Amino acid sequence: MPPGTIISSTSSPHMLSAFAGFVLPPGSTSIFNPAGTPAHSIFSLSMLVLSITGGVFVVVGGLLLYALLRYRHRAKDPDSNEEPQQIYGSTQIELSWTVIPILIVVLLFLATARIIFATQDAPKPQNALDVTVVGHQFWWEFRYPKFGVVTANELHIPASDPQARTPVYLSMISADTDHSFWVPRLAGKTDVIPNRVNTMWIDADAPGLYLGQCAQYCGLEHAKMLLRVYAQTPTDFAAWVAHQQQPALEDPSVADGRAVFEHTACISCHTVRGTVATGTFGPDLTHFASRDTFASGSVPLTRQSLHEFIADPGSVKPGVLMPPMHLNDHDLDLVTDYLMTLK
Amino acid sequence: MATQTAPLPLTEPSRRHATAVLHDWITTVDHKKIGLMYIGYALLFLVIGGVEALLMRIQLIRPENHFLSPLVFNQLFTMHGTTMVFFVAMPVLFGFGNYLIPLMIGARDMAFPRLNAFSFWISAFAGFLLYFSYIGGSGLYGGGGAPDVGWWAYAPLTSKVFSPGHSSDYWTLSVLLSGIGSIGTALNIVATALSMRCRGMTLYRMPLLVWLYTVMSGMVFVTISPLTAAQIMLLLDRYLGSHFFDTQAGGSAVLWMHYFWIFGHPEVYVLILPVFAFMNEIIPVFSRKAIFGYPAMVAASVGIGFISLSVWAHHMFTIGMTSAGNTFFVLATMAVGVPTGIKIFNWLATIWGGKVHFAPPMLFAVGFLFQFLAAGLTGIMLSVAPFDWQLNNSYFVVAHFHYVIVGGILFSLFAAFYYWYPKMSGRMLNTKLAHWHFWLFLVGFHVTFDPMHFVGLDGMVRRTFTYPVDRGWGPLNVIISIGALIQAIATLVFVYNLVHSYFKGALAGPDPWDAWTLEWSVPSPPPTYNFAAAPTVESRRPLWDLKHPEDPDTLYE
Repeated sequence: MPPGTIISSTSSPHMLSAFAGFVLPPGSTSIFNPAGTPAHSIFSLSMLVLSITGGVFVVVGGLLLYALLRYRHRAKDPDSNEEPQQIYGSTQIELSWTVIPILIVVLLFLATARIIFATQDAPKPQNALDVTVVGHQFWWEFRYPKFGVVTANELHIPASDPQARTPVYLSMISADTDHSFWVPRLAGKTDVIPNRVNTMWIDADAPGLYLGQCAQYCGLEHAKMLLRVYAQTPTDFAAWVAHQQQPALEDPSVADGRAVFEHTACISCHTVRGTVATGTFGPDLTHFASRDTFASGSVPLTRQSLHEFIADPGSVKPGVLMPPMHLNDHDLDLVTDYLMTLK
Repeated sequence: MATQTAPLPLTEPSRRHATAVLHDWITTVDHKKIGLMYIGYALLFLVIGGVEALLMRIQLIRPENHFLSPLVFNQLFTMHGTTMVFFVAMPVLFGFGNYLIPLMIGARDMAFPRLNAFSFWISAFAGFLLYFSYIGGSGLYGGGGAPDVGWWAYAPLTSKVFSPGHSSDYWTLSVLLSGIGSIGTALNIVATALSMRCRGMTLYRMPLLVWLYTVMSGMVFVTISPLTAAQIMLLLDRYLGSHFFDTQAGGSAVLWMHYFWIFGHPEVYVLILPVFAFMNEIIPVFSRKAIFGYPAMVAASVGIGFISLSVWAHHMFTIGMTSAGNTFFVLATMAVGVPTGIKIFNWLATIWGGKVHFAPPMLFAVGFLFQFLAAGLTGIMLSVAPFDWQLNNSYFVVAHFHYVIVGGILFSLFAAFYYWYPKMSGRMLNTKLAHWHFWLFLVGFHVTFDPMHFVGLDGMVRRTFTYPVDRGWGPLNVIISIGALIQAIATLVFVYNLVHSYFKGALAGPDPWDAWTLEWSVPSPPPTYNFAAAPTVESRRPLWDLKHPEDPDTLYE
């Protein structure tokens, strides 16, 4: 399955969404549609919790409703003007409705503790892939130390083999404020906090695209700090890595655009490997055009959308830290064409 | 029984010159006037906070909407949260406490009347200071700007780098000042409850409302202090070059989270305990039965007070705590469910065997019971740390705490308004309007907050000014926004009723609900001196004893 294909939403249970009467949309991020080991174990735990709390609601709510209806004041009763019998309490009854909640709490606590330890303290397998996640205002940087690959916003991982899981371990740091990495179908979220390294692991059941977004308010454009995780077959993933390891493609037809790029401030923030552009403040653009989206997953990559973005980034993504470069129309066209060749 | 028993005349309040009235209110140290000012002030901010919510709901009614800019939206959710917690919920609860506690314990006033006035005015000033940020927020940099850091103001978003100008200083200072007011009033409540009770009123006979307010006030001491400390540290960071929360210089963002939530979570119980207190008065009166299990209710309240001080990090399950740390806070959080459960069961047992009158206060109380039950159960879901890894910061959390705050606290407050308005104003609220208010608000509440759970389960993140089209969150958001509008209309009906009934309502008389606590033994509204003669009580329900000399509570307690 090529990257970009959305996994069929019928592959997993999604009872509550179905219950609510809504068909899952193509970009579903429902937590009841799990597609990774941590998401599956949370899903099973949540079903236990939902059935217990649901049961409590039905029983207690039912008793309340019964009491309110059964003991309502009826004006036509002969004794309607008399006060009912006054009851001040009962130690036995009160003791029993203290013990029952305690038992329920113990049950829920043990089930919860089991999943906490199983997820957080899972031993890291030898074959696990390490990725460093850096949260920025307002985009994601992904580094693959083993491969020497750096990319942005679109995380590529090998899909896990059900027989031999190949989890991806994420080491998470922040370049500025708090962020949170959340791809609901793969795992719960983990905050990305400055001056602190957090870790989490994910694995995907099947190749496909899994969507998510920053889940901790991080400033002006928090809403558009989206996330895309592409799970690929091991072969496709190896091919992707091999391609990303190459320096930027050189296309003589866009040499003029490259010259404009390299002679403006673009290079102080962006890297294009194999050229003089070595900035690290913004996303690595070496294989920029191999991505489906830009502006942290919020804009599909087309020549038109890129052209608009370079002309005035803030109009496409308010709050973006990239300033308008004030290129003339001619240079703008050239730079856009150049970037579109960085496959 | 020495409570006042002479027939009480139904009098029209006399009208005086406006400036004299104004002078009277500004300089008053009377607990009843201060209580009413707290309540009026909170209602003003309730409307402001509500308008902010409506604006946000218009923005979110469809994906990629351009009704509000991201900056304005971020300011609105910051102001909405700060306003509703610090300038609506706290003052309105303190207002009812101020008004009712001396009357319920047979006292002339609060223990420290001047401190009372000071606390109110400093809290009131804090609210206006927060809103002054719209004019002065950016200082000399240009136009104004409200804070846009969220109501938890997580570090390092509040550092000078990410929050230039003065907008977050307005937030810091107003929260700090309102905290000083809260501590003053809490101190007053504890002192009043402990030392101003009338003859015969032992702690064991003190009305549950007063008990719960006392526990709540004790919690205020413990929780506001770290918040105040954190605000001072933040000011030091911003102006004197310290680095408590400045991550770029080795400070800790997590430290702020701990400081904030060790205030923030007990704060929820600070708000909910007075609301339980209202229920403890209203449910028995409209079920015509004594509260079931008074000692257990007191014990459960004190238990909630203590346990809730050790649950704060359940707001931080996603920050990368160790598995052992997470497990501890799961257990502590779930444990709060036990005393809370006891309360619900005791209310159920109070209703059981009674004769339930569905007058407006009881209607809202019934709404409270079901909605608070649901809110408690979604709280249990959120206490399950792995489940919280998914739900944290999603709309499910927004739905959960609005179920607590609107479905629980606000419904209970409406019940309190319908119940004590006759005492405060001397006139009944209109019942027909009350029914309109109740049913509209009930529908609006559920249309708004029920779908919010589902959109959260579908992965929608809170504090986002917009959302992508392909996620499929559009239809639910339309429903949610419509619900918000219905709630707004219902609130207008309520406000109209408050104003209309003040002039046109039926005269209430001292005891319109045939109730049992001391505040119903004095005229409505009560005279400045409260009690013509200091009352003496012999049980928890002095007016029951008076009305049923053949079967007084004193025989059973």
